Amino acid sequence: MDKTDINAVYKPKILVEDLNLYYGQKQVLKSISLAIPENQVTAIIGPSGCGKSTFIRALNRMNDLIPEARVEGKILIDDENIYDRDIDLVALRKKVGMVFQKPNPFPKSIFDNVAYGLTIGHHRGKASLETAVEKSLRQAALWEEIKDRLEQNALKLSGGQQQRLCIARTLAVEPEIILFDEPCSAIDPIATSKVEELIHQLKKNYTVVIVTHNMQQAARVSDFTAFLWLGELIEYDRTDKIFTNPANKLTEDYITGRFG
Amino acid sequence: MRSVKKKGLLGDLRESLIHRLFQASGMLAILILAGILALLLYTSVPAFKEIGFKEFLTSTHWDPTSPEKPEYGFLSMLASTFMITVGAMLIAFPLGVAVASYLSDVASPRVREIVKPIVELLAAIPSVVVGFIGMNLVGPFLARIFNLSNGLNALNGSLLLAIMALPTIISISEDSLNAVPAAYSEASLALGANVWQTLIKVKIPAAASGIIASLMLGMGRAIGETMTVLMATGNARAFPHGFLQSVRTLTANIAIELGEVPFFSTHYYALFALGLVLFLITFFINLSADVILEKQKKKLQ
Amino acid sequence: MKTSVRKSGKNSRSQLTQFLGFLALRLSVYLVLFVLIYFLYDVLSHGSKVISWEFLSQAPRKGMTEGGIFPAIFGTFLVTLITAAVAVPLGMAAAIYLNEYARAGRLTRLIRLSIRNLAGVPSVVYGLFGVILFVNLLKLGTSVLSAGLTLALLTLPWTITASEEALKTVPDSYREGALALGATRWQMIRTNVLPYSIPGMLTGAILGLARAAGETAPIMFTGVAFYLPFLPASLKDQFMALPYHLYVMATQHHSLDRAKSLAYGTALVLIVFVILFNLTAVIIRSRLRRKWKN
Repeated sequence: MDKTDINAVYKPKILVEDLNLYYGQKQVLKSISLAIPENQVTAIIGPSGCGKSTFIRALNRMNDLIPEARVEGKILIDDENIYDRDIDLVALRKKVGMVFQKPNPFPKSIFDNVAYGLTIGHHRGKASLETAVEKSLRQAALWEEIKDRLEQNALKLSGGQQQRLCIARTLAVEPEIILFDEPCSAIDPIATSKVEELIHQLKKNYTVVIVTHNMQQAARVSDFTAFLWLGELIEYDRTDKIFTNPANKLTEDYITGRFG
Repeated sequence: MRSVKKKGLLGDLRESLIHRLFQASGMLAILILAGILALLLYTSVPAFKEIGFKEFLTSTHWDPTSPEKPEYGFLSMLASTFMITVGAMLIAFPLGVAVASYLSDVASPRVREIVKPIVELLAAIPSVVVGFIGMNLVGPFLARIFNLSNGLNALNGSLLLAIMALPTIISISEDSLNAVPAAYSEASLALGANVWQTLIKVKIPAAASGIIASLMLGMGRAIGETMTVLMATGNARAFPHGFLQSVRTLTANIAIELGEVPFFSTHYYALFALGLVLFLITFFINLSADVILEKQKKKLQ
Repeated sequence: MKTSVRKSGKNSRSQLTQFLGFLALRLSVYLVLFVLIYFLYDVLSHGSKVISWEFLSQAPRKGMTEGGIFPAIFGTFLVTLITAAVAVPLGMAAAIYLNEYARAGRLTRLIRLSIRNLAGVPSVVYGLFGVILFVNLLKLGTSVLSAGLTLALLTLPWTITASEEALKTVPDSYREGALALGATRWQMIRTNVLPYSIPGMLTGAILGLARAAGETAPIMFTGVAFYLPFLPASLKDQFMALPYHLYVMATQHHSLDRAKSLAYGTALVLIVFVILFNLTAVIIRSRLRRKWKN
């Protein structure tokens, strides 16, 4: 099933066209084109150093923070090229939320963490903030555990709870796309299964892209899987197809654990 | 489906304005440095015009208030400054490198945590207090040892400046020793060398450029030090002939005479010319130390 | 043949050099500590005889052979306040630029180079610069304002460096997290960087100010006075200051022996002042460090 077939069945939310990314002289992503469908979970897998984190960070332009990073090509989100000059980075990052590898709650209260994105720049009434915070925490399946201690410092939560708090924080700004950069690599297996379940729920309302080095995780949570190798997109297809009948020998070698 | 295109320029404008504001604060540092140089040059020009470069640079006589013939030679003060500085470094450099080596390679973390703040405290003692101690403690001590009428001389200045330069030498040398990759010393230890041999034969040579830079920065500090030498060296104007003689440095001379000089006289301008010399000397010493440290940083990365 | 790895006499020579070498290093440390402690002891033992409430709270009397040093304490406090008001915000702003905005490039390199070089400019040269710029060109005269501004320039490189160190302790994840939630750069700095770095910045600033308060050469020609019967009433007035008072009492007084014991008192006040500042800063800093580790 090639790119055109995916587009025929699913509406693409993100369209990556011939993306090249360089760190100084070094090319990290090589001519990547793919369509990421709306309201589906797309996993990016590949051995470490293949460029998967760089790729996902290109989708909300977090790579802009790296001085020597340079981008060629297009990334269209809802038909807007996010590398155009007239793109508002703030609006982009509110639309494309991101959850990081290591849970990174701010050293503020749980409430303030979730409310952070809502309070910067503009002021909202306390009541509407409280509703929004509760809604996000419920969506992130954290509400029941912490509803009595919203004023507690977020750093006191367990690693798994911190990660779900970071998800709630991202949900609060009402993104349309959520990027997960290896969200479970720093938390324990039980917390991992909670986060995975959450990701599964989220696709009803959001388009989800997840980078993972854990192939079982990709198989469990995603609908589509892209395999990156040395900065190139080797194969992109439905997840069940990739894991049962990969078209490319490299993909097969990787998912059967011959390298990685 | 939300558009992420910019709406209006107000937000952008605000952000870039804030950015420029911070940038201006950063650039202030360049402005101050350039301003110091420019104003010193500007105020020194009349001095060179009225005195002439030749007299200023080659004469050892400085006697601006002489009723017959005022003289403006800076050589004696330059020589005094260098003599005291060299003396100070002869004491402070070996001592400083030894303390730095001890802290980086021998001391236990606990000892290090006690000694380091104490060394920092040494740097915090105001120079006027050091000068005062030089007058009342070190001076009488030197007078007794060398059987002099008083101990206000070049040696006193060197001893005090050594103490004042120590914190700089210790902290930069220690940083350099710590920056030597652990792999170097591990390789040496694995070949059966003991800690001392590793320190002398591997670590100090590897950190040599940083240690040299620490010496230069210590020198820069000593050359520019004013109150200590002003109070402890006796301030005789003659060309220095020995460490037990009273001397007057560039800094001390500025401090002594600027308070009594009429504004915008030749003498006033001449003092700024001394300031310019002082600025240029310390600037080039600091700049060279900086270049050395940057190179070392790159090499060890 | 098997080689034994038990201790033997074979290595004894290198063992001995190591022992002697370490001994030399240790003695160097003891020497430095001894000098410092002896200095402090000398000032403390002489100075403590003079220190009294009267000494701290009264003005000098009878040609500064009696009375106290209150005007000098007040003047040092005042001039340090002016220094702080200028150097701390400017230093923070420059540090924010360098750590949060600046990208590697020629301008940034030049700024950093200037800061490092400014830190090495002799204090007497700052004094000369202050005389031309503040006293003459800006027509502020010899005043506590001129002196405070001169000291502010001298302190600036230290406050910039200390502020930047404080900014560096804030983890990048706080920055990334804020930006990813749609904060602008300034919003990120204001809400997620400054609140966690300001205590560290202020600690560094305190250390810098303590050093500025002990400086003599920069204020000598820009505003400090030998003796004043009144406290400064405006920023254009001259002032008395502890370090200059000490210098005067030690070298310029008509009866040096009588002035000496009072000078020791001034020296002690100055040292206690500096040590207290340093201790406070060290304690706050180690607390902050511990906080960030958890």
